[in-house]
Amino acid sequence: MIKVDAISKNYAGKSVVDTISFEAHNQEILILLGTSGCGKTTTLKMINRLIETDTGHILIDGQNIRDKKIEDLRMGIGFIMQNTGLFPHYTIQENIATVPKLLKWDKKHIQNRTNELMHKLHLSTDMLVRYPHELSGGQQQRVGIIRALIANTPVLLMDEPFGALDNITKSEIHTAFKSLDELKNKTTILVTHDVQEAFELGHRIALMDKGKILQIGTPKEMIYRPKNDFVSNFFASNRLLLEHKVTTLADLEKMFHIQDIIQPTLSAQSSLSAQSTVWSALQHLSTDKHDFDRYEKLSKAFAAYRKMQIT
Amino acid sequence: MMKQNFWTFVVEQHEKLFMQVIQHLGLTFSSLLLAIIVGIPLGILISRKEKLAHFILGTAGILQTIPSIALLGFMIPFFGIGAIPAIVALLIYALLPIIRNTYTGITGVSTNVMEAGKAMGMNSRQLLFKVQFPLAMPVIIAGIRTATVINVGVATLASFVGAGGLGEFIFGGISLNNSNMILAGAIPAAFLAIFLDQTIAFLQGLKFRNLNQWRVIGSLITIIALAYYFWPTPTSNKLKAGFTPEFMGRQDGDLGLRAIYGLYMNPKIISDAIMYKAIHEDQLDVISGYSTDGRIKAFNLKVLEDDKKIFPPYYAAPIIKSKTLLKYPDLEPVIDLLAGKINDSLMTEMNYKTDFLQQTPEKVAQDFLKSIHLYKEAGLRNAGKIRIGTKIFGEQYILAALYKMLIEGHTSYAVETKTGLGGTKICFDALVNDAIDLYPEYTGTGLLVLLNPTEENIKEVTQNPEKTYHYVQQEFKNKYGIQWLKPIGFNNAYALMMRNKDAHDQRIKSISDLKAYLSY
Repeated sequence: MIKVDAISKNYAGKSVVDTISFEAHNQEILILLGTSGCGKTTTLKMINRLIETDTGHILIDGQNIRDKKIEDLRMGIGFIMQNTGLFPHYTIQENIATVPKLLKWDKKHIQNRTNELMHKLHLSTDMLVRYPHELSGGQQQRVGIIRALIANTPVLLMDEPFGALDNITKSEIHTAFKSLDELKNKTTILVTHDVQEAFELGHRIALMDKGKILQIGTPKEMIYRPKNDFVSNFFASNRLLLEHKVTTLADLEKMFHIQDIIQPTLSAQSSLSAQSTVWSALQHLSTDKHDFDRYEKLSKAFAAYRKMQIT
Repeated sequence: MMKQNFWTFVVEQHEKLFMQVIQHLGLTFSSLLLAIIVGIPLGILISRKEKLAHFILGTAGILQTIPSIALLGFMIPFFGIGAIPAIVALLIYALLPIIRNTYTGITGVSTNVMEAGKAMGMNSRQLLFKVQFPLAMPVIIAGIRTATVINVGVATLASFVGAGGLGEFIFGGISLNNSNMILAGAIPAAFLAIFLDQTIAFLQGLKFRNLNQWRVIGSLITIIALAYYFWPTPTSNKLKAGFTPEFMGRQDGDLGLRAIYGLYMNPKIISDAIMYKAIHEDQLDVISGYSTDGRIKAFNLKVLEDDKKIFPPYYAAPIIKSKTLLKYPDLEPVIDLLAGKINDSLMTEMNYKTDFLQQTPEKVAQDFLKSIHLYKEAGLRNAGKIRIGTKIFGEQYILAALYKMLIEGHTSYAVETKTGLGGTKICFDALVNDAIDLYPEYTGTGLLVLLNPTEENIKEVTQNPEKTYHYVQQEFKNKYGIQWLKPIGFNNAYALMMRNKDAHDQRIKSISDLKAYLSY
């Protein structure tokens, strides 16, 4: 667990981070969302002391980060950055093994862990002997993720990790990333300016502007319970999409009879479950004309649900 | 006698050539190794302390601009002569490219990569050796490459301070008018530069991903540098001798010492600009010099008596093309005004004034002309321009100043002096190719260096100075269309000299005494 307590940072008299406090829990992905210059990256880098705080404290599992040797602190924190930060003079294998070598793991252990993660992120082990510049941007970013995950650190910090990728590659990596069970025992903080990404990956979102956190909450709370106009305006252009995405069939099931949609009697081909979002359910149903009625029924149920949430 | 060609020279001298190449490589690599040991840590230091960067790069830059021969001269009081001052001077020239490239290479490592290293928990040492250094390596090696090429070039000047190397052939050839000798030094030097440049370029292409390869190269350089020091060198005599390259190759020089006196000195080859300084600083004990040199008096040196007469006395006289005399008809009578006016002691006195009392050659010349009532203020100078050349030692500067004042005072010709030409060959070639109109030359040099007569010829014409003068005058007129004007008066001859104190202590008066002392 990370506890950030009233931290601030000034550059040449200009306040970049202004008395921010928040907590990030175990097993959660917390998103720091905001436009560029809002202080989100500075906040993130203060956690592994790439940037030092001016005032305030940061505690990881109750221990002040300043009380630890800086190298030990950082070895306990996975860090993924926008431009991958892979060492151009190291092979993929050597890049991934950087931290384990600092931790003096034995070779066999490093090799097994590497292969396991390569597999999970859908990378061929043939790539291990290549150099970063020989890989595509998406592949490099996956390697960056593996490098940050390999030491199984309790904390993972991600600075715009998918920012440089095209949309298709990005959604592929999102899927692979979300399904990693490595994240289950970690506290993850991810910085992004991409609203959809924030909703896609975040358990909770902290929306920042001008060095302050305006609201922190679950995606649903951000959409349906905005604290002020800035928050609601921030999501305005994506609102319809986001609403569909934050609502699951399970949410609707509590109020409406949609059993037949979740477990269709006709075919077994359906991949829908109670955890599916309304967005993916509608997407799924819209592809087959036989599902026309069910599509309409789900739409109606969602419209009614939405009305209740807003009013 | 067959005229020697380049290949026969190389074949004849291959042992010497090989030795010089080894010395040259040794000088280059030892200085390079030191420059790497000093330069890379300095480069790393200033990449971390930006405030120092300006100062250190500036200092290295200034050192780089000091002319090499001047730098070698400065070194003698501190490091003596031989390999050490040469290596120190080369080290100074190699420093700038190495420091600068290390600095540029390390500060050029992307901040993104550096941040990644830090974020993974690398300490500054690990960052340096695992990230910065390997990534900066191509740039650092480029710096070493530049330094190597510079050093191969500058190492030719090491022969000025008796450190050997290919400069011995190059500057010996220039002094002795021997093109084959010059080429035998210059071509290998050029090849060394190209070869080393390409070798390092190849290494640069390899990926330096860890320090092991780097260590291999480091030890390679060290081995070559060390090999140079353990290479068997001739054992030194009780007395250290330093001779000029010209003296080394002349019959009335080291060749005569060996043949007639049986005196083998194992001398260091050294430029005469530095030789006197070196004996004065006790770095040498016996040197070759000229009998009229002012520094004999200035540095309290003893000229050893040439009891077997291998250093015949020679006249000094201006030489000029016959057609120049026709073109400027007023010239010859004016130049002849000085003929016979300067005897040995007058010349030595004038040399002493410039060499030791630090008077300018112009002042010395003016004082002398006034004393013999030949001085006139320069008048109109509109009837053409005479260019006077000199070799690079004091006496010649004074003679040039005398002729300039004389000509400008007594005629309406203008005079331009081109002083300090690097040797007999350069002066003579300049005269032949009309780059200068006249310069003071010595009949002995004319005979032995420029005419290359047979041995019987030499024996016959060196019986007395007049005979030499007439022979040389005749031959130059026939061969080159060059006139020897009337002798200036003083006799100049080669001489071996020692510090007065040593000569007195060891009771050495003549060259035979020296031979006896050394073989005893």
